[in-house]
Amino acid sequence: MLQSKVFNKKTRGGRIQKQVREVYLRDDIYCGAFACKSCDTSAARLSSPKIIVLDTNVVLHQIDLLENQAIDNVVVLSVVLDEVKNRNRSVYNRIRALCSNPAKQFYVFSNHVHKDTYVQAMERESANDHNDRAIRVATLWYQKHLGGTSQVLLVTNDRENKRKATEEGISAETIEAYVKSIGQPDLLDLLAQPTAEDITMEDADDSRPSKRKLVYLEHKPMSEITAGLHRGIYHQGKLRVNRFNPFEAYVGSESIGEEIIIYGRSNMNRAFDGDIVAIELLPRDQWQEEKALSIAEEDEDEDDTVHLAPNSADDAPRISSLAQETSGDKNAVPARPSGRVVGVIRRNWHSYCGSLEPMSLPAGSGGTAHALFVSKDRRIPKIRINTRQLQNLLNMRIVVAVDSWDRQSRYPSGHYVRPIGKIGDRETETEVVLIENDVDYSPFSSQVLACLPPLPWSVSSEDVSNPVRQDLRHLLVFSVDPPGCKDIDDALHCTSLPNGNFEVGVHIADVTNFVHPGTPLDDEASKRGTSVYLVDRRIDMLPKPLTEDICSLRADVERLAFSVIWEMSPEAEIISTRFTKSIIKSSAALSYVEAQARMDDSRLTDTVTTDLRNMNTLAKIMRQRRIDRGALTLASAEVKFQIDTETHDPLDIGMYQIREANQMVEEFMLAANVSVAEQILNQFSSCSLLRRHPTPTREMLEPLLRTAAAIGLTLDVSSSKALADSLDRAVGEDPYFNKLIRILATRCMTQAVYFCSGDLTPPEYHHYGLAAPLYTHFTSPIRRYADVFVHRLLAASLGIYKLPTVFQDRPQLTSVADNLNYRHRNAQMASRASVELHTLIYFRNRPTDAEARVVKIRSNGFIVFVPKYGIEGPVYLTAKGEKGAGDWYVDEEKQKIVKMDGSLSYSVLQTVKIHMEVVEPQPNRPKLQLTLL
Amino acid sequence: MEYVSPEGLRLDGRRFNEMRQIVAEIGVVSKADGSAVFEMGNTKVIAAVYGPREIQNKSQQLKHDRALVLCEYSMAQFSTGDRRRQKQDRRTTELSLVIRQTMEACILTELMPHSQIDIFLQVLQADGGTRSACINAATLALADAGIPMRDLAVSCSAGYLNSTPLLDLNYVEDSAGGADVTVGILPKTDKMDAKLPMETFETVFALASEGCKAIAERIREVLEENTKQLEYRRAA
Repeated sequence: MLQSKVFNKKTRGGRIQKQVREVYLRDDIYCGAFACKSCDTSAARLSSPKIIVLDTNVVLHQIDLLENQAIDNVVVLSVVLDEVKNRNRSVYNRIRALCSNPAKQFYVFSNHVHKDTYVQAMERESANDHNDRAIRVATLWYQKHLGGTSQVLLVTNDRENKRKATEEGISAETIEAYVKSIGQPDLLDLLAQPTAEDITMEDADDSRPSKRKLVYLEHKPMSEITAGLHRGIYHQGKLRVNRFNPFEAYVGSESIGEEIIIYGRSNMNRAFDGDIVAIELLPRDQWQEEKALSIAEEDEDEDDTVHLAPNSADDAPRISSLAQETSGDKNAVPARPSGRVVGVIRRNWHSYCGSLEPMSLPAGSGGTAHALFVSKDRRIPKIRINTRQLQNLLNMRIVVAVDSWDRQSRYPSGHYVRPIGKIGDRETETEVVLIENDVDYSPFSSQVLACLPPLPWSVSSEDVSNPVRQDLRHLLVFSVDPPGCKDIDDALHCTSLPNGNFEVGVHIADVTNFVHPGTPLDDEASKRGTSVYLVDRRIDMLPKPLTEDICSLRADVERLAFSVIWEMSPEAEIISTRFTKSIIKSSAALSYVEAQARMDDSRLTDTVTTDLRNMNTLAKIMRQRRIDRGALTLASAEVKFQIDTETHDPLDIGMYQIREANQMVEEFMLAANVSVAEQILNQFSSCSLLRRHPTPTREMLEPLLRTAAAIGLTLDVSSSKALADSLDRAVGEDPYFNKLIRILATRCMTQAVYFCSGDLTPPEYHHYGLAAPLYTHFTSPIRRYADVFVHRLLAASLGIYKLPTVFQDRPQLTSVADNLNYRHRNAQMASRASVELHTLIYFRNRPTDAEARVVKIRSNGFIVFVPKYGIEGPVYLTAKGEKGAGDWYVDEEKQKIVKMDGSLSYSVLQTVKIHMEVVEPQPNRPKLQLTLL
Repeated sequence: MEYVSPEGLRLDGRRFNEMRQIVAEIGVVSKADGSAVFEMGNTKVIAAVYGPREIQNKSQQLKHDRALVLCEYSMAQFSTGDRRRQKQDRRTTELSLVIRQTMEACILTELMPHSQIDIFLQVLQADGGTRSACINAATLALADAGIPMRDLAVSCSAGYLNSTPLLDLNYVEDSAGGADVTVGILPKTDKMDAKLPMETFETVFALASEGCKAIAERIREVLEENTKQLEYRRAA
């Protein structure tokens, strides 16, 4: 049966156009119940005689509840799915995942093309009413279709829809009533709170007078926002809340071209971090005034805490302007535009980890208690939740989702989702770290594991006879990795050729031989993007058999590899390059320490050692050449823990030591990556996956220059070469001085990112830090998905495989690159958070004195960096209450904080002695406190 | 964008291997020697054929041993809903040429030397697949005009979206940017907009060919029905 759907649509140009679409109504859409006699039950999902049909609002707001296993036998209508998709993408993905989960009985009924449930739009009927009617028609159809065999229940929270359904003879319930009828009181906590507009009665039992007041300004209606954006009075952008000060946020707006600062919760007007918001600029004279306000408000919450030293501009706080302006010289620094949020265009609400604010138990246990949830992520405001299991939750870390935030309440309201574990427990806190950074740590599914080759695996005769695979088992190949490394993805060899040159080979685990495009294994790896290394565990990208055995290039076993082989002159000039799939047999898996010891021990003259020495000589030349080209030697404050094997508690912390052997391996990996990047870009100029590092702008380097100027050091930042040279020249009497300057420089730069070569022009491919025009990742396919991708490109460029279809699809390729960047960043944040967590555990029972360097001056103290432990945090000179009290003043030019009487002063990069101790000023949020000795 | 739902349904309710509704009618322009209207869903094309007749512009004749086939393709200004400029753009010229070459290969031109055949095609309503609809309409009109042909030239498009081969793309699917093949059976005229790997191309091509066969069957039915009508009228 053919029907036409007629509707009006606004085109991109803003004109209204009439659209006509055909709809083919079908008779081959089945109800999905096993009990049904007339339908094809091969794809049926519903087994129970009690079937529930969901309304859109239930799916949108109660997805956490739906994911609970108590909810089952659900019909999801296609109109509901469509509307959910338009309203909230992430909920749509979750409900889709539920529908395809074989453990849940969720059935998608395509009612919009079913001949009996198709609903023609009526004259003057709104889209919402039309959908509601379609839902009722479908429910009614189910009731009639299944007749006596099943009981069909419509679950809706729309009062009007429920009334009409009852009139039409459908049994309908609200979700609250339905959950109560199941008889599991725990489930009630999962219910999302209805918004204030829905219930007016509830206000009566809340007697606090402050609640009645309107706390926030109204959000403008969408039509007004669109018009305002069009006329240029509003600006659209993503709100980013300052990690170090939750009362300050930034909106990067294209229409203004610079970042707009938003001070204070009332100007943020209920927007969360990551929301797409519309903002309005405040009048210029209010720009200063707002700042004073923000500092006053800050008292409500805590101040900066001790963190690990940030590694790049992306994690560093941008609070420089605030510190300057409070210092007095208001005219010197141009004020940045500030604004306020007038509406939220798209919410970025998801679930958050944290704990409940401690409170006394209400008298009658078992009843509902209102509690305030404090998120681990400081950028998120407190969230009000209702719970019936308060005493169980008080000392737990829990996950909470946000439902709404109306104008009357200071805090958003949400609902409890699930517990994680006891507060302070290492396992629990690690899990929190993983959830916070969106790391998927669930075990691999059976479909993924089914893609693995049968174990025990070994090189087969087919692999040996494969013409594309070269037999390199005769070569003396060895690997050099950190001690205890199990996922060895690279190995090296170096032999002298008769003509005096060297043949140097980099052999990388041939992961793509096992991970084929389009398989569940590949999809999972692509989703995870990278392995995540925490202090006490590793979250693998590929299942353990692949990571630790089949792909890992362990010693004395035959393994498949993808090799890059150069002929190099003794001057380390590359004479020729070839790429081949290969079979290798590693003869030694060395650690960096072992490799270094072998090279240093002049008595040893075995082949492995001579090869190592030859390689080291070559690597040194290559490194020097790279530095001459302008590669930066950047430094980061990486720390290493010694973990107790029994309790997994940290025993000692120290800076990570870099040896020559590390640099040697790194040098060859860089060279391999560059060679591969050239090869793939040459063959596939528009669909290669490369890695670039954007050149930092002068503005970004400003904090570094200011610090340097204060101590009488001039840095030339005109090019990476100039910067590298001036960094080399920056040596003071303090042995740690140079490293500190390098750390500060690193922090001013953004991170390197993956991109698809077709999206940018060749000059933009440049990698600033390495001073390489082209770069990619090829050498760690076991732990990075980007490398798997590059392996496929390289194999295709050699004609070994065909290029998978993903590469034809530019938007998809771009989204893969974006996901890799996101995962890579999250993985880094997770490992940092894990290090922070272990630092805290370490210092819990060990108050320590240490030497620290001042890195930044603030109006009431300064930020210090403790090199030994790689941590950074504030030291206050004035007590917390008397902020800005005038004992101290800041000398902006000399980057100094001076006591009024001139008796004491601290300047940037000065060495100070501090005392570190774990304190718990707020319950459940232990932090490291630094005090001056 | 999701063009095929996980349930295997396309935006308009079809499955991947289903065509839109086909309506065909012969003899709609009485002045022409042969004419037809061909509809595939909301795509509607009218074709009129004049000839074989004397060559009007002698200079156009290149070969004296066969008939000259001329084709003019145009889109009605109202065909897409918004106003179009009438100008002969490159797309129109290209389409005219493709259709002309297809029909020329199909018509037994050597039987009609010193003559010309004019095919006029106009798109009345466009909703994807106009190229195919034009070829099908021209075939019907040529048959109506009684012009000898080797076989029925039929055409159907197929594309590849959301990793699924799809038969007979409508406008929304066509403008999604995926690869699509228009296949004309008998004299092959395939035309592609985006790149596809060989294996995928083969499945898409096979699907389009299946579609062509189905269309050929439908066209044959229409023609047989028409012949019956003619027979009946002659008897009367």
